[in-house]
Amino acid sequence: MPVEIDIVKVAALARLALTEEELDTFGSQLGDILEHAERVQALPTDGVPPTSHPLPMVNAFREDVTAECLDRESFLRSAPDTAGGQFRVPRILA
Amino acid sequence: MTVWEAVIGIETHVELSTESKMFCSCPADAEGEPNTACCPVCLALPGALPVPNGKAIEGILKIGLALDCDINESSIFYRKNYFYPDLPKNYQISQYTFPVCEHGHIEIDVDGASVRIGITRVHMEEDTGKSTHVGDGDGRIHGADHTLLDFNRAGIPLVEIVTEPDIRTSQEARAYGAELQRIVLALGVSDAKLEAGSMRFDVNVSVRPVGAKELGTRTETKNVNSLRSVQRTIDYEIDRQIKVLEAGGEVRLETRHWNENTGVTTSMRTKEESEDYRYFQDPDLLPLEVTPAWQSEIRSGLPELPAITRARLATLGADMIAAGVLADSSDLAALFEEAVEAGASGRAAGIWLTGEVVAYTRRSDVAVLETGLTGGRLAELTAMVEAGKLSSSAAKKVLIAVLEGEGSPEEIAESKELLQVSDITAIEAAIDHVLAENADAVDKIRGGDMKPFGFLVGQVMRQMGGRADPKVVRDLLTDRTAG
Repeated sequence: MPVEIDIVKVAALARLALTEEELDTFGSQLGDILEHAERVQALPTDGVPPTSHPLPMVNAFREDVTAECLDRESFLRSAPDTAGGQFRVPRILA
Repeated sequence: MTVWEAVIGIETHVELSTESKMFCSCPADAEGEPNTACCPVCLALPGALPVPNGKAIEGILKIGLALDCDINESSIFYRKNYFYPDLPKNYQISQYTFPVCEHGHIEIDVDGASVRIGITRVHMEEDTGKSTHVGDGDGRIHGADHTLLDFNRAGIPLVEIVTEPDIRTSQEARAYGAELQRIVLALGVSDAKLEAGSMRFDVNVSVRPVGAKELGTRTETKNVNSLRSVQRTIDYEIDRQIKVLEAGGEVRLETRHWNENTGVTTSMRTKEESEDYRYFQDPDLLPLEVTPAWQSEIRSGLPELPAITRARLATLGADMIAAGVLADSSDLAALFEEAVEAGASGRAAGIWLTGEVVAYTRRSDVAVLETGLTGGRLAELTAMVEAGKLSSSAAKKVLIAVLEGEGSPEEIAESKELLQVSDITAIEAAIDHVLAENADAVDKIRGGDMKPFGFLVGQVMRQMGGRADPKVVRDLLTDRTAG
Protein backbone atom coordinates (compact mmCIF):
# COMPACT_ATOMS: atom_id res chain seq x y z
CA MET A 1 0.00 0.00 0.00
CA PRO A 2 1.57 3.30 -1.03
CA VAL A 3 1.45 5.86 1.78
CA GLU A 4 -0.48 9.09 1.16
CA ILE A 5 1.58 12.19 1.78
CA ASP A 6 0.88 15.90 1.47
CA ILE A 7 3.42 16.44 -1.28
CA VAL A 8 2.37 20.07 -1.80
CA LYS A 9 3.26 20.87 1.82
CA VAL A 10 6.51 18.95 1.64
CA ALA A 11 7.49 20.85 -1.51
CA ALA A 12 6.60 24.17 0.13
CA LEU A 13 8.75 23.32 3.17
CA ALA A 14 11.68 22.63 0.88
CA ARG A 15 10.94 25.84 -1.11
CA LEU A 16 10.54 23.81 -4.30
CA ALA A 17 8.25 25.02 -7.08
CA LEU A 18 7.08 21.80 -8.69
CA THR A 19 4.79 21.23 -11.67
CA GLU A 20 1.65 19.12 -11.31
CA GLU A 21 3.46 16.33 -13.07
CA GLU A 22 6.45 16.53 -10.75
CA LEU A 23 4.18 16.59 -7.73
CA ASP A 24 2.63 13.32 -8.93
CA THR A 25 5.97 11.67 -9.64
CA PHE A 26 7.71 12.72 -6.43
CA GLY A 27 4.57 12.16 -4.38
CA SER A 28 4.36 8.53 -5.39
CA GLN A 29 8.13 8.01 -5.10
CA LEU A 30 8.20 9.45 -1.57
CA GLY A 31 5.13 7.35 -0.80
CA ASP A 32 7.05 4.24 -1.81
CA ILE A 33 9.90 5.20 0.52
CA LEU A 34 7.51 5.71 3.41
CA GLU A 35 5.85 2.40 2.62
CA HIS A 36 9.23 0.74 2.90
CA ALA A 37 9.77 2.47 6.25
CA GLU A 38 6.38 1.21 7.42
CA ARG A 39 7.35 -2.35 6.60
CA VAL A 40 10.55 -1.97 8.58
CA GLN A 41 8.58 -0.51 11.47
CA ALA A 42 6.30 -3.52 11.48
CA LEU A 43 9.23 -5.83 12.33
CA PRO A 44 9.31 -7.18 15.87
CA THR A 45 12.05 -5.18 17.61
CA ASP A 46 11.42 -6.07 21.24
CA GLY A 47 14.78 -6.23 22.97
CA VAL A 48 16.60 -4.36 20.20
CA PRO A 49 18.13 -1.16 21.57
CA PRO A 50 17.29 2.04 19.63
CA THR A 51 19.98 2.97 17.14
CA SER A 52 20.61 6.55 16.17
CA HIS A 53 23.82 5.86 14.29
CA PRO A 54 25.15 2.85 12.41
CA LEU A 55 28.64 3.13 13.97
CA PRO A 56 29.36 1.49 17.32
CA MET A 57 31.11 4.64 18.51
CA VAL A 58 30.31 7.60 20.78
CA ASN A 59 32.05 10.77 21.96
CA ALA A 60 34.43 11.80 19.21
CA PHE A 61 35.71 15.11 20.59
CA ARG A 62 38.19 17.71 19.52
CA GLU A 63 40.68 19.47 21.82
CA ASP A 64 39.75 23.11 22.28
CA VAL A 65 42.62 24.51 20.22
CA THR A 66 42.52 26.82 17.25
CA ALA A 67 44.00 26.23 13.83
CA GLU A 68 44.59 28.31 10.76
CA CYS A 69 41.48 29.64 9.00
CA LEU A 70 40.93 30.12 5.29
CA ASP A 71 42.03 33.30 3.58
CA ARG A 72 38.69 34.97 2.91
CA GLU A 73 39.56 35.90 -0.65
CA SER A 74 39.83 32.19 -1.41
CA PHE A 75 36.15 31.55 -0.67
CA LEU A 76 34.61 34.95 -1.35
CA ARG A 77 35.85 34.46 -4.89
CA SER A 78 33.21 31.73 -5.33
CA ALA A 79 30.34 33.87 -3.99
CA PRO A 80 27.83 35.32 -6.45
CA ASP A 81 28.21 38.71 -4.82
CA THR A 82 30.34 40.26 -2.08
CA ALA A 83 30.85 43.64 -0.42
CA GLY A 84 33.46 44.75 2.10
CA GLY A 85 34.72 41.23 2.81
CA GLN A 86 31.19 39.92 3.33
CA PHE A 87 28.78 37.76 1.37
CA ARG A 88 26.07 39.90 -0.17
CA VAL A 89 22.68 38.25 -0.55
CA PRO A 90 19.23 39.44 -1.63
CA ARG A 91 17.00 40.76 1.13
CA ILE A 92 15.66 37.99 3.32
CA LEU A 93 12.07 39.12 3.87
CA ALA A 94 9.87 41.15 1.58
CA MET B 1 -13.96 43.02 35.00
CA THR B 2 -11.51 40.29 34.13
CA VAL B 3 -8.38 40.03 36.20
CA TRP B 4 -5.52 38.82 34.03
CA GLU B 5 -2.38 36.92 34.80
CA ALA B 6 0.66 36.55 32.61
CA VAL B 7 2.39 33.29 31.78
CA ILE B 8 6.01 33.78 30.83
CA GLY B 9 8.73 31.46 29.62
CA ILE B 10 12.27 32.47 28.71
CA GLU B 11 14.78 30.96 26.31
CA THR B 12 18.29 32.10 27.00
CA HIS B 13 21.22 31.74 24.63
CA VAL B 14 24.68 31.72 26.15
CA GLU B 15 27.81 31.77 24.01
CA LEU B 16 30.50 29.66 25.64
CA SER B 17 33.91 31.28 25.92
CA THR B 18 35.96 28.50 24.37
CA GLU B 19 39.10 29.14 22.34
CA SER B 20 37.77 27.42 19.22
CA LYS B 21 34.34 27.01 17.64
CA MET B 22 31.87 24.22 18.40
CA PHE B 23 32.59 21.95 15.47
CA CYS B 24 35.81 23.28 13.95
CA SER B 25 39.14 24.82 14.97
CA CYS B 26 38.42 28.40 13.93
CA PRO B 27 38.85 30.86 16.80
CA ALA B 28 35.58 31.47 18.63
CA ASP B 29 35.97 35.20 18.19
CA ALA B 30 33.40 37.15 16.22
CA GLU B 31 35.13 40.49 16.63
CA GLY B 32 37.75 40.38 13.88
CA GLU B 33 37.52 41.58 10.30
CA PRO B 34 34.48 39.94 8.61
CA ASN B 35 34.92 36.34 7.50
CA THR B 36 38.45 35.95 8.84
CA ALA B 37 37.52 33.15 11.30
CA CYS B 38 36.08 30.71 8.78
CA CYS B 39 37.05 27.30 7.47
CA PRO B 40 35.51 24.56 5.30
CA VAL B 41 33.45 23.27 8.27
CA CYS B 42 31.79 26.53 9.35
CA LEU B 43 31.38 27.57 5.71
CA ALA B 44 29.74 24.23 4.91
CA LEU B 45 32.06 23.42 2.04
CA PRO B 46 31.43 19.99 0.53
CA GLY B 47 33.00 17.11 2.40
CA ALA B 48 33.77 19.02 5.59
CA LEU B 49 33.10 17.08 8.78
CA PRO B 50 32.14 18.66 12.12
CA VAL B 51 33.82 17.38 15.30
CA PRO B 52 32.46 18.60 18.68
CA ASN B 53 34.62 20.68 20.99
CA GLY B 54 35.15 18.70 24.21
CA LYS B 55 35.53 21.87 26.27
CA ALA B 56 32.10 23.09 25.13
CA ILE B 57 30.53 19.80 26.16
CA GLU B 58 32.10 20.24 29.59
CA GLY B 59 30.65 23.76 29.65
CA ILE B 60 27.08 22.65 29.00
CA LEU B 61 27.42 19.85 31.56
CA LYS B 62 28.50 22.42 34.16
CA ILE B 63 25.49 24.60 33.36
CA GLY B 64 23.12 21.62 33.43
CA LEU B 65 24.41 20.36 36.75
CA ALA B 66 24.39 23.85 38.27
CA LEU B 67 20.71 24.09 37.28
CA ASP B 68 20.00 20.75 38.91
CA CYS B 69 19.16 19.06 35.61
CA ASP B 70 19.10 15.38 34.82
CA ILE B 71 21.86 14.65 32.36
CA ASN B 72 20.85 12.32 29.55
CA GLU B 73 23.34 9.51 29.38
CA SER B 74 22.99 9.50 25.64
CA SER B 75 22.17 12.61 23.66
CA ILE B 76 22.06 13.35 19.98
CA PHE B 77 22.77 16.23 17.62
CA TYR B 78 20.06 17.19 15.15
CA ARG B 79 19.89 19.37 12.09
CA LYS B 80 17.42 22.22 12.38
CA ASN B 81 16.58 23.14 8.80
CA TYR B 82 15.60 26.65 7.77
CA PHE B 83 16.10 29.13 4.98
CA TYR B 84 17.79 32.14 6.49
CA PRO B 85 21.29 32.58 5.15
CA ASP B 86 22.78 33.21 8.62
CA LEU B 87 24.33 29.74 8.56
CA PRO B 88 25.89 28.54 5.31
CA LYS B 89 24.74 24.96 5.80
CA ASN B 90 21.02 25.86 5.55
CA TYR B 91 20.65 24.17 8.90
CA GLN B 92 21.86 24.72 12.40
CA ILE B 93 23.36 21.86 14.35
CA SER B 94 21.22 21.74 17.47
CA GLN B 95 19.42 19.20 19.61
CA TYR B 96 15.80 18.02 19.64
CA THR B 97 14.80 14.89 21.50
CA PHE B 98 17.47 13.84 24.01
CA PRO B 99 19.13 17.20 24.73
CA VAL B 100 22.17 17.02 27.00
CA CYS B 101 20.22 18.23 30.06
CA GLU B 102 16.55 18.21 31.09
CA HIS B 103 14.26 18.82 34.08
CA GLY B 104 16.21 21.30 36.17
CA HIS B 105 15.22 24.30 38.21
CA ILE B 106 16.49 27.54 39.59
CA GLU B 107 15.47 29.32 42.81
CA ILE B 108 15.09 33.06 42.63
CA ASP B 109 14.36 35.59 45.28
CA VAL B 110 11.61 38.13 44.58
CA ASP B 111 10.77 40.61 47.31
CA GLY B 112 12.13 38.27 49.94
CA ALA B 113 10.09 35.29 48.74
CA SER B 114 11.70 32.31 47.06
CA VAL B 115 10.26 31.35 43.65
CA ARG B 116 11.17 28.15 41.85
CA ILE B 117 11.44 28.31 38.06
CA GLY B 118 11.53 24.99 36.24
CA ILE B 119 14.14 24.42 33.53
CA THR B 120 12.69 22.33 30.71
CA ARG B 121 15.92 21.67 28.89
CA VAL B 122 19.46 22.84 28.27
CA HIS B 123 20.81 21.96 24.86
CA MET B 124 23.95 22.42 22.80
CA GLU B 125 23.97 24.19 19.46
CA GLU B 126 26.02 26.56 17.35
CA ASP B 127 25.66 30.32 16.97
CA THR B 128 24.71 31.84 13.64
CA GLY B 129 26.66 34.33 11.54
CA LYS B 130 26.05 38.04 11.74
CA SER B 131 23.60 39.52 9.22
CA THR B 132 23.68 43.20 8.42
CA HIS B 133 20.57 44.41 6.66
CA VAL B 134 21.47 47.25 4.35
CA GLY B 135 19.17 49.84 2.86
CA ASP B 136 16.11 51.54 4.29
CA GLY B 137 14.75 50.24 7.56
CA ASP B 138 17.43 51.15 10.13
CA GLY B 139 19.28 47.84 9.91
CA ARG B 140 16.04 45.98 10.51
CA ILE B 141 15.12 43.06 8.36
CA HIS B 142 12.02 44.74 6.93
CA GLY B 143 12.64 47.23 4.21
CA ALA B 144 16.24 46.15 3.74
CA ASP B 145 17.60 46.22 0.24
CA HIS B 146 20.12 43.44 0.69
CA THR B 147 21.96 41.64 3.46
CA LEU B 148 25.67 41.28 4.23
CA LEU B 149 26.89 38.11 5.92
CA ASP B 150 29.87 37.68 8.23
CA PHE B 151 30.37 34.09 9.35
CA ASN B 152 32.95 34.71 12.09
CA ARG B 153 30.27 34.02 14.71
CA ALA B 154 28.83 31.05 12.82
CA GLY B 155 29.67 27.95 14.80
CA ILE B 156 30.58 29.52 18.14
CA PRO B 157 29.33 27.14 20.87
CA LEU B 158 25.90 28.19 22.05
CA VAL B 159 23.92 26.78 24.96
CA GLU B 160 20.17 27.29 25.01
CA ILE B 161 18.41 27.22 28.37
CA VAL B 162 14.61 26.92 28.25
CA THR B 163 12.35 27.52 31.24
CA GLU B 164 8.97 26.06 31.96
CA PRO B 165 6.17 28.66 31.66
CA ASP B 166 6.53 29.17 35.43
CA ILE B 167 7.20 32.90 35.44
CA ARG B 168 4.26 35.18 36.28
CA THR B 169 5.65 38.71 36.45
CA SER B 170 8.24 40.82 34.68
CA GLN B 171 10.01 41.19 37.99
CA GLU B 172 10.38 37.42 38.34
CA ALA B 173 11.63 37.27 34.76
CA ARG B 174 14.28 39.85 35.49
CA ALA B 175 15.32 38.09 38.71
CA TYR B 176 15.57 34.82 36.76
CA GLY B 177 17.77 36.42 34.09
CA ALA B 178 20.00 37.99 36.72
CA GLU B 179 20.41 34.76 38.69
CA LEU B 180 21.12 32.75 35.53
CA GLN B 181 23.77 35.28 34.54
CA ARG B 182 25.36 35.02 38.01
CA ILE B 183 25.43 31.23 37.78
CA VAL B 184 26.98 31.25 34.31
CA LEU B 185 29.60 33.76 35.47
CA ALA B 186 30.37 31.74 38.61
CA LEU B 187 30.88 28.65 36.44
CA GLY B 188 33.32 30.60 34.26
CA VAL B 189 31.91 29.08 31.06
CA SER B 190 30.91 32.35 29.38
CA ASP B 191 31.53 36.04 29.80
CA ALA B 192 27.70 36.37 29.74
CA LYS B 193 27.86 39.94 28.46
CA LEU B 194 24.32 41.02 27.71
CA GLU B 195 25.31 44.19 25.90
CA ALA B 196 27.71 42.25 23.68
CA GLY B 197 25.16 39.54 22.91
CA SER B 198 27.08 36.66 24.46
CA MET B 199 23.98 36.14 26.61
CA ARG B 200 20.55 37.01 25.19
CA PHE B 201 16.93 36.32 25.94
CA ASP B 202 13.87 35.30 23.91
CA VAL B 203 10.77 36.09 25.94
CA ASN B 204 7.49 34.21 25.50
CA VAL B 205 4.46 35.95 26.95
CA SER B 206 0.77 35.12 27.05
CA VAL B 207 -2.05 36.29 29.29
CA ARG B 208 -5.15 34.52 30.59
CA PRO B 209 -7.90 35.29 33.07
CA VAL B 210 -6.75 34.44 36.59
CA GLY B 211 -7.88 30.92 37.39
CA ALA B 212 -8.04 29.78 33.76
CA LYS B 213 -6.37 26.45 33.09
CA GLU B 214 -5.73 26.95 29.39
CA LEU B 215 -2.87 29.08 28.17
CA GLY B 216 -3.52 32.12 26.03
CA THR B 217 -1.86 32.59 22.64
CA ARG B 218 1.74 33.61 23.16
CA THR B 219 4.08 35.96 21.41
CA GLU B 220 7.83 35.58 21.33
CA THR B 221 10.09 38.62 21.53
CA LYS B 222 13.55 37.70 20.35
CA ASN B 223 17.07 38.79 21.29
CA VAL B 224 16.29 41.05 24.21
CA ASN B 225 19.71 42.04 25.44
CA SER B 226 19.47 43.62 28.86
CA LEU B 227 17.73 42.68 32.09
CA ARG B 228 15.95 46.00 32.14
CA SER B 229 14.67 45.37 28.62
CA VAL B 230 13.44 41.91 29.62
CA GLN B 231 11.31 43.56 32.27
CA ARG B 232 10.12 46.37 29.99
CA THR B 233 9.36 44.02 27.07
CA ILE B 234 7.20 41.84 29.28
CA ASP B 235 5.38 44.79 30.86
CA TYR B 236 4.68 46.11 27.39
CA GLU B 237 3.50 42.75 26.01
CA ILE B 238 1.23 42.01 28.98
CA ASP B 239 -0.34 45.42 28.64
CA ARG B 240 -0.71 45.15 24.86
CA GLN B 241 -2.22 41.66 24.94
CA ILE B 242 -4.74 42.58 27.66
CA LYS B 243 -5.82 45.61 25.62
CA VAL B 244 -6.23 43.48 22.48
CA LEU B 245 -8.31 40.89 24.35
CA GLU B 246 -10.43 43.41 26.22
CA ALA B 247 -11.23 45.13 22.93
CA GLY B 248 -12.56 41.78 21.73
CA GLY B 249 -9.56 41.01 19.53
CA GLU B 250 -7.26 38.02 19.35
CA VAL B 251 -3.57 37.79 20.18
CA ARG B 252 -1.70 36.46 17.17
CA LEU B 253 0.95 33.78 17.49
CA GLU B 254 3.93 35.74 16.26
CA THR B 255 7.51 36.77 16.70
CA ARG B 256 7.97 40.35 17.86
CA HIS B 257 10.85 42.74 18.01
CA TRP B 258 11.69 44.91 21.02
CA ASN B 259 12.73 48.43 20.18
CA GLU B 260 14.84 49.81 22.99
CA ASN B 261 14.41 53.41 21.86
CA THR B 262 10.62 53.52 21.54
CA GLY B 263 9.94 51.03 24.34
CA VAL B 264 7.44 49.05 22.27
CA THR B 265 7.40 45.65 20.60
CA THR B 266 6.40 45.35 16.95
CA SER B 267 5.40 42.34 14.89
CA MET B 268 8.28 40.75 13.00
CA ARG B 269 6.60 37.75 11.45
CA THR B 270 3.61 35.57 12.12
CA LYS B 271 4.29 31.96 12.78
CA GLU B 272 2.03 30.67 10.03
CA GLU B 273 1.49 26.96 10.61
CA SER B 274 3.80 26.13 13.47
CA GLU B 275 7.35 26.35 12.17
CA ASP B 276 8.51 23.13 10.65
CA TYR B 277 12.24 22.87 10.99
CA ARG B 278 12.24 19.27 9.79
CA TYR B 279 14.61 18.20 12.53
CA PHE B 280 16.54 15.04 11.84
CA GLN B 281 19.56 13.42 13.41
CA ASP B 282 22.82 14.73 12.05
CA PRO B 283 24.53 11.73 10.45
CA ASP B 284 27.89 13.52 10.64
CA LEU B 285 27.93 13.49 14.43
CA LEU B 286 28.18 10.57 16.83
CA PRO B 287 25.94 10.29 19.87
CA LEU B 288 27.18 12.00 22.99
CA GLU B 289 27.48 9.67 25.95
CA VAL B 290 27.83 11.12 29.42
CA THR B 291 28.67 8.34 31.85
CA PRO B 292 27.80 8.70 35.54
CA ALA B 293 31.56 8.83 36.20
CA TRP B 294 32.00 11.81 33.86
CA GLN B 295 29.00 13.49 35.47
CA SER B 296 30.40 13.15 38.96
CA GLU B 297 33.79 14.37 37.79
CA ILE B 298 32.18 17.55 36.43
CA ARG B 299 29.96 17.89 39.50
CA SER B 300 32.89 17.68 41.90
CA GLY B 301 34.68 20.39 39.93
CA LEU B 302 31.79 22.87 40.15
CA PRO B 303 32.57 26.08 42.00
CA GLU B 304 30.38 27.34 44.82
CA LEU B 305 27.14 28.62 43.25
CA PRO B 306 25.88 32.15 43.96
CA ALA B 307 22.91 31.06 46.10
CA ILE B 308 25.22 29.04 48.34
CA THR B 309 27.72 31.90 48.50
CA ARG B 310 24.98 34.33 49.56
CA ALA B 311 23.72 31.96 52.25
CA ARG B 312 27.26 31.41 53.57
CA LEU B 313 28.05 35.13 53.65
CA ALA B 314 24.77 35.68 55.50
CA THR B 315 25.73 33.12 58.13
CA LEU B 316 28.97 35.09 58.59
CA GLY B 317 26.81 38.07 59.54
CA ALA B 318 26.28 40.02 56.30
CA ASP B 319 22.72 41.28 55.93
CA MET B 320 20.82 39.92 52.89
CA ILE B 321 21.41 42.96 50.71
CA ALA B 322 25.12 43.05 51.47
CA ALA B 323 25.37 39.27 50.97
CA GLY B 324 23.89 39.69 47.48
CA VAL B 325 26.33 42.42 46.50
CA LEU B 326 29.33 40.58 47.98
CA ALA B 327 28.41 37.29 46.29
CA ASP B 328 28.43 39.02 42.90
CA SER B 329 32.09 39.95 43.32
CA SER B 330 34.54 37.26 44.29
CA ASP B 331 37.06 39.97 45.27
CA LEU B 332 34.67 41.69 47.67
CA ALA B 333 33.52 38.33 49.05
CA ALA B 334 37.12 37.30 49.70
CA LEU B 335 37.86 40.58 51.51
CA PHE B 336 34.72 40.14 53.56
CA GLU B 337 35.70 36.65 54.62
CA GLU B 338 39.25 37.74 55.49
CA ALA B 339 37.85 40.58 57.57
CA VAL B 340 35.47 38.31 59.46
CA GLU B 341 38.26 35.82 60.01
CA ALA B 342 40.37 38.65 61.42
CA GLY B 343 37.61 39.36 63.93
CA ALA B 344 35.37 41.93 62.22
CA SER B 345 31.62 41.71 62.77
CA GLY B 346 30.07 40.42 59.53
CA ARG B 347 27.38 43.04 59.65
CA ALA B 348 29.78 45.97 59.94
CA ALA B 349 32.25 44.55 57.40
CA GLY B 350 29.39 43.95 54.94
CA ILE B 351 28.08 47.48 55.29
CA TRP B 352 31.52 49.10 54.86
CA LEU B 353 32.41 46.93 51.86
CA THR B 354 29.15 47.31 49.98
CA GLY B 355 28.77 50.98 50.89
CA GLU B 356 31.90 53.11 51.15
CA VAL B 357 34.29 50.65 49.49
CA VAL B 358 32.13 49.97 46.43
CA ALA B 359 31.42 53.70 46.10
CA TYR B 360 35.15 54.45 46.27
CA THR B 361 36.11 51.86 43.64
CA ARG B 362 33.42 53.18 41.29
CA ARG B 363 34.40 56.78 41.86
CA SER B 364 38.10 56.13 41.34
CA ASP B 365 37.55 53.39 38.75
CA VAL B 366 39.92 50.96 40.45
CA ALA B 367 39.54 47.30 41.29
CA VAL B 368 39.20 46.70 45.01
CA LEU B 369 42.29 44.46 44.92
CA GLU B 370 44.35 47.40 43.67
CA THR B 371 43.50 49.49 46.72
CA GLY B 372 45.32 49.41 50.05
CA LEU B 373 42.41 47.65 51.75
CA THR B 374 42.90 44.17 53.20
CA GLY B 375 40.59 42.04 55.29
CA GLY B 376 42.87 42.62 58.27
CA ARG B 377 42.73 46.41 57.88
CA LEU B 378 38.96 46.36 57.57
CA ALA B 379 38.77 44.29 60.77
CA GLU B 380 41.06 46.80 62.46
CA LEU B 381 38.82 49.67 61.36
CA THR B 382 35.60 48.04 62.55
CA ALA B 383 37.28 47.20 65.87
CA MET B 384 38.31 50.84 66.32
CA VAL B 385 34.76 52.02 65.66
CA GLU B 386 33.37 49.49 68.10
CA ALA B 387 35.88 50.48 70.77
CA GLY B 388 34.84 54.10 70.38
CA LYS B 389 38.24 55.13 69.07
CA LEU B 390 36.78 56.45 65.81
CA SER B 391 33.58 58.35 65.22
CA SER B 392 31.69 57.17 62.16
CA SER B 393 32.69 60.24 60.18
CA ALA B 394 36.33 59.80 61.23
CA ALA B 395 36.11 56.12 60.28
CA LYS B 396 35.05 57.09 56.75
CA LYS B 397 38.05 59.38 56.42
CA VAL B 398 40.34 56.65 57.70
CA LEU B 399 38.85 54.09 55.32
CA ILE B 400 39.36 56.35 52.30
CA ALA B 401 42.99 56.85 53.33
CA VAL B 402 43.41 53.08 53.74
CA LEU B 403 41.96 52.59 50.26
CA GLU B 404 44.37 55.23 48.96
CA GLY B 405 47.20 53.10 50.33
CA GLU B 406 48.26 55.41 53.14
CA GLY B 407 48.69 52.64 55.67
CA SER B 408 46.81 50.85 58.42
CA PRO B 409 43.77 52.40 60.15
CA GLU B 410 45.71 52.85 63.42
CA GLU B 411 48.58 54.61 61.65
CA ILE B 412 46.27 56.83 59.65
CA ALA B 413 44.02 57.74 62.58
CA GLU B 414 47.12 58.60 64.56
CA SER B 415 48.81 60.70 61.90
CA LYS B 416 45.64 62.50 60.88
CA GLU B 417 44.70 63.04 64.52
CA LEU B 418 41.33 61.40 64.04
CA LEU B 419 41.41 59.20 67.12
CA GLN B 420 38.55 59.75 69.44
CA VAL B 421 39.68 60.59 72.94
CA SER B 422 38.10 58.26 75.45
CA ASP B 423 40.73 59.22 78.00
CA ILE B 424 38.53 60.41 80.86
CA THR B 425 41.19 62.68 82.38
CA ALA B 426 41.49 64.74 79.20
CA ILE B 427 37.73 65.00 78.79
CA GLU B 428 37.26 65.90 82.48
CA ALA B 429 39.81 68.68 82.11
CA ALA B 430 37.86 70.05 79.15
CA ILE B 431 34.62 69.77 81.09
CA ASP B 432 36.18 71.63 84.04
CA HIS B 433 37.14 74.42 81.69
CA VAL B 434 33.71 74.63 80.02
CA LEU B 435 31.75 74.49 83.28
CA ALA B 436 33.90 77.22 84.81
CA GLU B 437 33.13 79.50 81.88
CA ASN B 438 29.40 78.72 81.79
CA ALA B 439 28.31 78.77 85.41
CA ASP B 440 24.91 80.24 84.47
CA ALA B 441 24.18 77.31 82.14
CA VAL B 442 24.97 74.89 84.94
CA ASP B 443 22.64 76.76 87.27
CA LYS B 444 19.80 76.53 84.72
CA ILE B 445 20.30 72.79 84.32
CA ARG B 446 20.33 72.27 88.04
CA GLY B 447 17.16 74.35 88.14
CA GLY B 448 15.53 71.76 85.84
CA ASP B 449 16.00 73.57 82.48
CA MET B 450 17.85 71.04 80.27
CA LYS B 451 18.07 73.39 77.30
CA PRO B 452 21.71 74.44 77.79
CA PHE B 453 22.88 70.80 78.08
CA GLY B 454 23.39 70.35 74.36
CA PHE B 455 25.26 73.63 74.25
CA LEU B 456 27.64 72.38 76.96
CA VAL B 457 28.24 69.11 75.08
CA GLY B 458 29.07 71.14 71.98
CA GLN B 459 31.48 73.33 73.93
CA VAL B 460 33.30 70.32 75.36
CA MET B 461 33.52 68.69 71.93
CA ARG B 462 34.92 71.91 70.57
CA GLN B 463 37.45 72.08 73.38
CA MET B 464 38.48 68.53 72.45
CA GLY B 465 38.92 69.41 68.80
CA GLY B 466 35.97 67.17 67.90
CA ARG B 467 37.82 64.04 68.92
CA ALA B 468 36.06 63.15 72.16
CA ASP B 469 33.61 60.29 72.19
CA PRO B 470 30.29 62.19 72.39
CA LYS B 471 28.74 59.44 74.47
CA VAL B 472 31.47 59.67 77.09
CA VAL B 473 31.14 63.47 77.12
CA ARG B 474 27.39 63.24 77.70
CA ASP B 475 27.74 60.72 80.48
CA LEU B 476 30.39 62.76 82.29
CA LEU B 477 28.48 66.02 81.82
CA THR B 478 25.29 64.45 83.14
CA ASP B 479 27.15 63.45 86.31
CA ARG B 480 28.80 66.83 86.72
CA THR B 481 25.68 68.93 86.17
CA ALA B 482 23.50 66.80 88.42
CA GLY B 483 22.22 68.67 91.42
